[in-house]
Amino acid sequence: MSGSSNIVAMKKIVQQLRFEANINRVKVSQAAAELQQFCIQNALQDPLLTGVSSSTNPFRTQKVCSFL
Amino acid sequence: MEMAAQPSDTLATLKTESETLKTKLEEERAKLHDVELHQVAEKTEALGQFIMKTRRTLKGHGNKVLCLDWCKDKRRIVSSSQDGKVIVWDAFTTNKEHAVTMPCTWVMACAYAPSGCAVACGGLDNKCSVYPLSLDKNENLAAKKKSVAMHTNYLSACCFTNSDMQILTSSGDGTCALWDVESGQMLQSFHGHAADVLCLDLAPSETGNTFVSGGCDKKSCVWDMRTGQCVQSFETHESDINSVRYYPSGDAFASGSDDATCRLYDLRADREVAIYSKESIIFGASSVDFSLSGRLLFGGYNDYTINVWDVLKGTRVSILFGHENRVSTLRISPDGTAFCSGSWDHTLRVWA
Repeated sequence: MSGSSNIVAMKKIVQQLRFEANINRVKVSQAAAELQQFCIQNALQDPLLTGVSSSTNPFRTQKVCSFL
Repeated sequence: MEMAAQPSDTLATLKTESETLKTKLEEERAKLHDVELHQVAEKTEALGQFIMKTRRTLKGHGNKVLCLDWCKDKRRIVSSSQDGKVIVWDAFTTNKEHAVTMPCTWVMACAYAPSGCAVACGGLDNKCSVYPLSLDKNENLAAKKKSVAMHTNYLSACCFTNSDMQILTSSGDGTCALWDVESGQMLQSFHGHAADVLCLDLAPSETGNTFVSGGCDKKSCVWDMRTGQCVQSFETHESDINSVRYYPSGDAFASGSDDATCRLYDLRADREVAIYSKESIIFGASSVDFSLSGRLLFGGYNDYTINVWDVLKGTRVSILFGHENRVSTLRISPDGTAFCSGSWDHTLRVWA
């Protein structure tokens, strides 16, 4: 009994490996260039990267104390 | 006699075929490994000094903070703790807006609904429940609780898909699943991990219907949400994968592991393209997230620190101190102006 369920499990593994082995891939040089391109294109819209000033970053705004 | 011999032959044949395919997979990946990411990034301008400080400290949990999520309004945060409490905070004012006491301790997962009108959470109860958030502060939120997901082991992570109607979960039972919130029905299940699944992240909506998961089997898997099929898997970490997060373009994802490294996997090259590590970092990375442009990777570690990495160059650009125990969870705010970390020291900190 356990023999046949092992075979079923192995068949699934082999099927999955066949699927993964056959996918289309691109060269790392091309993929890396595109990751870099995305970073550069979006750099100015990244507040943590550019360092947004106190006046525009709600978390950096100084709290105002008021006497009640 | 003949019949008895066949099952073991077939098993052996399948094992051989599986080994052959694994080798072929590695060979195919290696053929395209013509350069390293940091080499491509050599000409990119180096990053300057970063001054990030704790701008808010959220105190109120009675025990370890295990998970957090931002609301789309960029100011509210939901967090969950070992003490069984789920708290919704206004991060600008540090006020607690809602608090729910779960029937179990170790609430390992929590998520804000896209509408901002509900939160989902779960943990040792093996379930994921949704609580609509009431405007009436006096209302008992637990009364309107809706049980959505049922696993056969602890809930490790949950997130809403693009609407309040569906939730994706991962569990210690080794599976992930997609649920319809209204009916509680399981729409799809995802099998393939060989041990507890610890984390998941949904692909940015432009990229389509996939998500990535990471587990105790040291594997990360990318899944097709419609078919339940694992479309890509990666096995280069040397220990449990505690956190996975997509790169903002959807073409890659990062993972943080107990092996003290964070790694970047490119989905089109189908391989690991960067490792973020240092000899001096020996404690596990519990949680990772990218800044909006994908240039910075923030990692929360079990040595109480947060390391900030230059994703392209592979170098560390900053180390942030402040928490007094393990950092267990970390998320960038929706507009990228700040990030929040949660810790075993019972607090959350908002950094900017």
